[in-house]
Amino acid sequence: MIALLLRDLRLAVRAGGGFGLGLAFFLIVVVLVPFGVGPETELLSRIAPGILWVASLLAALLSLDRIFALDYEDGSLALLATSPLPMEGAAMMKALAHWITTGLPLTMAAPALGFLLSLAPEAYAYLLISLLIGTPALSMIGTFGAALTVGLRRGGLLLSLLVLPLYVPTLIFGAEAVRRGADGLDPSGALILMAGITAGSFALLPFATAAVLRINLR
Amino acid sequence: MSMWEYANPKRFMGWTRPVLPWTFGLAGVCLAIGLVWGFFFTPDDFRQGSTVKIIYLHVPSALMAINAWIMMLVASLIWLVRRHHVSALAARAAAPVGVVFTLIALFTGGIWGQPMWGTYWAWDPRLTSFLILFLFYLGYIALWEAIEDPDTAADLTSVLCMVGSVFAILSRYAVLFWNQGLHQGASLSLDKEENISDVFWFPLLVCIAGFVLLFIALVLMRTRTEIRARRIRALEARARRA
Repeated sequence: MIALLLRDLRLAVRAGGGFGLGLAFFLIVVVLVPFGVGPETELLSRIAPGILWVASLLAALLSLDRIFALDYEDGSLALLATSPLPMEGAAMMKALAHWITTGLPLTMAAPALGFLLSLAPEAYAYLLISLLIGTPALSMIGTFGAALTVGLRRGGLLLSLLVLPLYVPTLIFGAEAVRRGADGLDPSGALILMAGITAGSFALLPFATAAVLRINLR
Repeated sequence: MSMWEYANPKRFMGWTRPVLPWTFGLAGVCLAIGLVWGFFFTPDDFRQGSTVKIIYLHVPSALMAINAWIMMLVASLIWLVRRHHVSALAARAAAPVGVVFTLIALFTGGIWGQPMWGTYWAWDPRLTSFLILFLFYLGYIALWEAIEDPDTAADLTSVLCMVGSVFAILSRYAVLFWNQGLHQGASLSLDKEENISDVFWFPLLVCIAGFVLLFIALVLMRTRTEIRARRIRALEARARRA
């Protein structure tokens, strides 16, 4: 499992793109917003939590179709299926690799972008924590969506239609936690619920992902 | 003879042919009685006025929008476990019907919400979870359409249906989870003291029965269409080979 994780990470870093592209997309989306809604500081700081969360969600979505597509094309997914490693484990490692290459950099970059949107100073800690807890769920749910559409030639649009509704609860609780943090309220309720979503998706979705992959490899 | 024998496509076509007109007829009768009774022969609510009458469309369609997904879930499980093709086709046939019921519920809810809450739409948990259910229906149908091989499509959509049922169940119980929304709590439970008054309750029951029957009739009809479409495809394939 560790070997698979390291291989995916190495591939992601060497192929370039995936790593930086999501981050650059995140930056662009965040930069676009002030142009769209105007540069008033109060307005921006009020909507900043939501924007940061929506942008990171879209950035995570962008790189989803890479999770399985290349491995499916060159046959290494079939090899993985016949290897002694259970498919569920492989699915979880794929999600973890996706998180390390997109979710983690996004989390690290988010506070810097918070400055651009003049996020309230109290909220930075909660922005970090909520992204840290929430983005693994995005990766795991996205891995399930990627597995569903791996056999399709033009699965990209369908993938977003399938995955985005599943992202909604994470988004709600994530943005809610940051907003409460910015207002000086106690955000632990939203954080706990989001941690529940993450734990639940990592407990259940690897099985669904593995089942779907087996069907697609038939 | 076990109940599974009815799932044989030929048998299914056989027993649904006589049943179908009856279900349609009964659905029509129930809906006609329920709606006419509800619209013209019930008093106006003392606070809501005549807008209360939209309940006869809103509640049954919302109920069926969720139950349609549950029915798809059951059909998908039967397909995954016992691999009856009719079951997979029934799940596929039910999805567009469910979409329409979801849309009706959302629209009538908006029309009802405007005079009552002062807004067509609010980001209330109940409303939001219903909107997500609608998006999920669309994704489910799109996935069916996107995959060419029918067995693969049936398998993949079954798994998606299982994952999506989280939302169906969430919208079912959203009223009980969150109290802060605009949407009122459950007022139709069988075991509660505080239900809506009997004047509205009986026509509503008839309407719900009508919607259930309509759903069954539409799904049976669409399943028959799917079976015929698949037969045609098989015949064409055979003709091409010959």
